[in-house]
Amino acid sequence: MSVLKIKDVSKIFPNGTTAVDSFSLDVADGELVCLLGPSGSGKSTLLRMVGGFETPTSGLMTIDGEDITRVPPEKRPTGMVFQSHALWTHMNVFKNLAFGLKLRKVPADEIKRRVEGVLELVGLGGYGTRSVTQLSGGQQQRVALARSLVLEPKILLLDEPFASLDQHLRERLREEVRDIQQRLKITTLFVTHGQDEALSMADRIVVMRDGKTEQIDRPDVVYREPQTPFVAGFIGTMNLIEGVVSNGVFSKAGYATPLPVSDGPVTLAVRPESLDLSAVSQGSQGKVHRVTDYGTHGMVDLELLDGTRVKAMVPHPDLFKPGQGVTLAPKAIAAYRDGRVIHRTGVVATTAHPALVDA
Amino acid sequence: MAATIVTRKTDWTGIIFAAVLTLVIVFPLVVVGTWAFTNVWRYPSVIPQEFGLRFWNQTLARADVWSSISMSLTLAFTVTALSAAICLPAAYAFARMDFPGRNLLFFSFLAGHAFPKFGLLVAIAGIFLQLNLIGTFWGVVLIQLVGTLLFMIWIPVAAFQAVDRRMEEAARDVGASPFRVFWSITLPQAGPTIAAAILLSFVGTFYETEGAWLIGAPQVRTLPVLMISFINNQPVIQYGAVLSVLLWVPSFIALLFARKVVNSGSFARGFGG
Ligand SMILES: Nc1ncnc2c1ncn2[C@@H]1O[C@H](COP(=O)(O)OP(=O)(O)O)[C@@H](O)[C@H]1O
Ligand SMILES: [Mg+2]
Repeated sequence: MSVLKIKDVSKIFPNGTTAVDSFSLDVADGELVCLLGPSGSGKSTLLRMVGGFETPTSGLMTIDGEDITRVPPEKRPTGMVFQSHALWTHMNVFKNLAFGLKLRKVPADEIKRRVEGVLELVGLGGYGTRSVTQLSGGQQQRVALARSLVLEPKILLLDEPFASLDQHLRERLREEVRDIQQRLKITTLFVTHGQDEALSMADRIVVMRDGKTEQIDRPDVVYREPQTPFVAGFIGTMNLIEGVVSNGVFSKAGYATPLPVSDGPVTLAVRPESLDLSAVSQGSQGKVHRVTDYGTHGMVDLELLDGTRVKAMVPHPDLFKPGQGVTLAPKAIAAYRDGRVIHRTGVVATTAHPALVDA
Repeated sequence: MAATIVTRKTDWTGIIFAAVLTLVIVFPLVVVGTWAFTNVWRYPSVIPQEFGLRFWNQTLARADVWSSISMSLTLAFTVTALSAAICLPAAYAFARMDFPGRNLLFFSFLAGHAFPKFGLLVAIAGIFLQLNLIGTFWGVVLIQLVGTLLFMIWIPVAAFQAVDRRMEEAARDVGASPFRVFWSITLPQAGPTIAAAILLSFVGTFYETEGAWLIGAPQVRTLPVLMISFINNQPVIQYGAVLSVLLWVPSFIALLFARKVVNSGSFARGFGG
């Protein structure tokens, strides 16, 4: 029921930093959009502008068509979950959740009912009387989520809510949040710098860099068809090989492959899982440097003749030994020039979540 | 390791320090305390000939003692309440907002303590004279208010700065106005430290003498002012001694209260929701 529109929003801080630069995004009703980018790319600033904690230098933001660009946070239909949970330590869990409802003059018995319902939803039924300082990190983050949810915001905003938790807990909470979000069909903007978080949760991913959008797409599309070398390198593991094309052939050190683009410098991008290797004794294009066996598959680190490092995923790691000569046969490649994709082959269309590779 | 070596050596500095402290603080206290409970103590006896509560009865029977006690308490409450109402929001503004002239204003609040105090008092008294505030309750309130500014600005500014901004933002997020955030989140979070500042201000005002005497006397007479006049004008030592023992009571209560605040658990919990 709630649609968020961000149009040409910029934020220049008084010290001159341009944190967000002409950013536009439409978030559809019930959609979960992840803002993904390295630290300092402007994700938090953008989210804080949607929440009302920063005022855009220019641009427009609307929720369900209503202009909220200069509305103070307490009057916005948004709910924010902070990385540092920001729970009020002088109140117990119940009071943390009830505070916003009291401000809205909700009757006491309804407050009780709604708070208990939401606590149940986040898996903390019966925790109302606990002091928030007695809870574990994961429970505190659940309370913070519940505190926002109990007010039934039109837009839910989460700023790296799991960043301070350990890996295992992070994965569990990620699933819980996604479940809750889908159950409540709440329009959500989620900030993260973790690609696996974005890939596993988002309906769409916005890859940000220096306050600007690099790419907005479904997770599988971002993974399989990165539009820029930055996205290609940021999401998953990607071999980026800088070389030159002449007469339709890309070459780099001893490696060459046909590439139907005009002559000039090109960055060739190949995923490790899209790179087949063959062990050869003569005419090798590279040399195995290290082999890692992950049980289900193996990862071969190899060096091209000029020392460029390349990773390849292999089904049978025992076939390769350090020092061994190999030839390369990419199944899917993309070529970038001047920061844009100019050629792509072998893209397998699928909506399944991509298998992630440890970097 | 180092501690054992130090303790084995005779710590002359420590001994001298303790001796001086005993002489300067404890000895007068003991003498005053003894005088307060003495009925008869004539030269050359080292200890009083007769202990008793005779002078307590006499002192507490005086109307001017009771009126000065109630005057002191009323003043301390009024000044502290006014000071809190003025200084806490100001301290919050200093801690959280950036406005033109912020630093200048901040230091002007503290400037009262940068000059010799009595000189400042005399200057203020000159102004009060023109305003017909000499000898009035509100004149004393004003002068004592100036004395509390240091505690009530500096300490709360530090306390407010220590409050997590995200907590305040989270409160805005659920619908609290800036004032409500201050009242329901910032103040309780900074609570224990602020309570200490309020306590200091109360006790400091209760014992404040120069301002009260200069501006208030003789119409407005606080307990310390009365004690000084007893000591100066009465041939009976016990009146002054009894009053000074009485004057210890608030600071003892304050100490107990301070202990309670400190012991009440984590500082962050503050006053409760
Ligand atoms: N209050 C501020 N004042 C000045 N610069 C800021 C402020 N907040 C953030 N920035 C700058 O804006 C840029 C984007 O920051 P941020 O939005 O926090 O990035 P991210 O959340 O992606 O790590 C950074 O260069 C950061 O230093
Ligand atoms: Mg951030």
